Amino acid sequence: MLEMKGRKIAKGKARGTALVSPAPISFYGGVDPETGVVKEQGHPLEGQKITGKILVFPTGKGSTVGSYMLYWMSDVGTAPAAIINQESETIVAVGAIISEIPCIDSVDIAQIKTGDLIEVDADQGIVKILSDK
Amino acid sequence: MTLELTKEEQAMLDGEYGRATQKAMEILTALGEIYGAKKMLPVTSVQISGVSYANLGEPGLKFLNSLATDGKVRVLTTLNPAGMDLEEWEKLGISEDFAKNQLRVIAAFQKMGVVTTATCTPYLVGNIPHYGEHIAWAESSAVAFANSVIGARTNREGGPSALAAALTGRTPAYGYHLDQNRKPQVIIQFEGKLENVRDFGALGKAIAEVAKGKIVYIKGVQNATIEELKGFSASIATYGGVGIYHIERITPEWKEYALPDETITLTQKDVSRHINEMSDEIDDVDFVTIGCPHASLREIEIIAELLKEKKVTKEMWITTSRPVKEIADQMGYTKIIENAGAKIAADTCAVVAPIKGRFKGMVTNSAKACYYARGRNNFKVQIKPLKEVIREAIQ
Repeated sequence: MLEMKGRKIAKGKARGTALVSPAPISFYGGVDPETGVVKEQGHPLEGQKITGKILVFPTGKGSTVGSYMLYWMSDVGTAPAAIINQESETIVAVGAIISEIPCIDSVDIAQIKTGDLIEVDADQGIVKILSDK
Repeated sequence: MTLELTKEEQAMLDGEYGRATQKAMEILTALGEIYGAKKMLPVTSVQISGVSYANLGEPGLKFLNSLATDGKVRVLTTLNPAGMDLEEWEKLGISEDFAKNQLRVIAAFQKMGVVTTATCTPYLVGNIPHYGEHIAWAESSAVAFANSVIGARTNREGGPSALAAALTGRTPAYGYHLDQNRKPQVIIQFEGKLENVRDFGALGKAIAEVAKGKIVYIKGVQNATIEELKGFSASIATYGGVGIYHIERITPEWKEYALPDETITLTQKDVSRHINEMSDEIDDVDFVTIGCPHASLREIEIIAELLKEKKVTKEMWITTSRPVKEIADQMGYTKIIENAGAKIAADTCAVVAPIKGRFKGMVTNSAKACYYARGRNNFKVQIKPLKEVIREAIQ
């Protein structure tokens, strides 16, 4: 088991399977809020469903309306269980807070692989990789 | 945590002032941590973006309603333009469905104590900070105007972070709030003559292209009206994403900082090139609009003079703030404009109104309006000086 200490962005705890994107994500236009599927053309996660995952990506990008899209997903039940960023920016940070999605940044996301079982304790800023895939 | 909170701020974060205030303080402390703020600053004025139902949608409205259950703003707070004239939406051809939802958005803001006049020029209608004051404004053109022309201090807020500042009366101390982030990084030596709002808009776009995100110190601009600075602020913010600029002898902080070493020269040719870039070939102009950012009283007076006893041959919108429209009513300008067949609309503009698909070719004097008409609505555009825009409308 690997434990990493990061920085709390949005409070809460979650446990789930990691879905890792090497590229930034735009939640406005890049993800369909009704289905939770990434639809940005050419994106490494294109066609994948982020719902219920521990979503791991470097940082956010795109329009500030993206914060409301996370809220939308949370409202209809398509949101990720938690977010881990290399470095959060305003859109993802505000989106995670208003949607109450646990969010941590400032951890080495290269340590996490898609399929790893992850535990996130955002209150303590701790990410645990419980089992490597 | 490097961010230190006062007792009151900590109490807000702990939920002692209710859920909306707590959520707001969570947003602000997270942003403060991300951007390395050491403390919160009291703000005296807020401008909120994300007002058009077309941008917010049902989820955004739901979020606003959740905050409105127990949230109240602590400082003077105004709104960005909405998707329609809040009173006379029918004359703009807005659907009843959209109107109903737009009014639900306004009601949520009103419940929180926001002044629901919807304008991108809060500084023309009484939400006007003074030099050095810390504020939290969204609306990129107003941010650039406040930082540069007034010398107040604000970051480029988004809708939720501006609302959070309103509900707490605070903003984290980072970015443009601090001296070191307001310093010019490149000198723009302009050689040429600017005659109107269109020219200033084109120069803003030209500067955005060469400055690449750096803060500019502009030399060679002899004078500028408030309307020209309003248009310039909108253009440089839209095309460059920068929230502050300095103009020698014109903006108040021009002497405050040491000048950078790098100089880029721009000439009349660059301005002309960008005017050309904003001039598509249009077979059939079917939409003429002025008021991006919202028209000032002086602009409406000039438009009324030009439209006196004339008839427009195309759909023409003059967009402005409600208070300015009311003075225009009182002065008889509105009547002249409406007699000519043009529409004067308050609370909204051609950028945020749901007009995609309604028009094909748009003529305006605003560089910002050109950007959004192309990007959001797929219109062809032509930028012209105000007088020529009116000539196009009555042709």
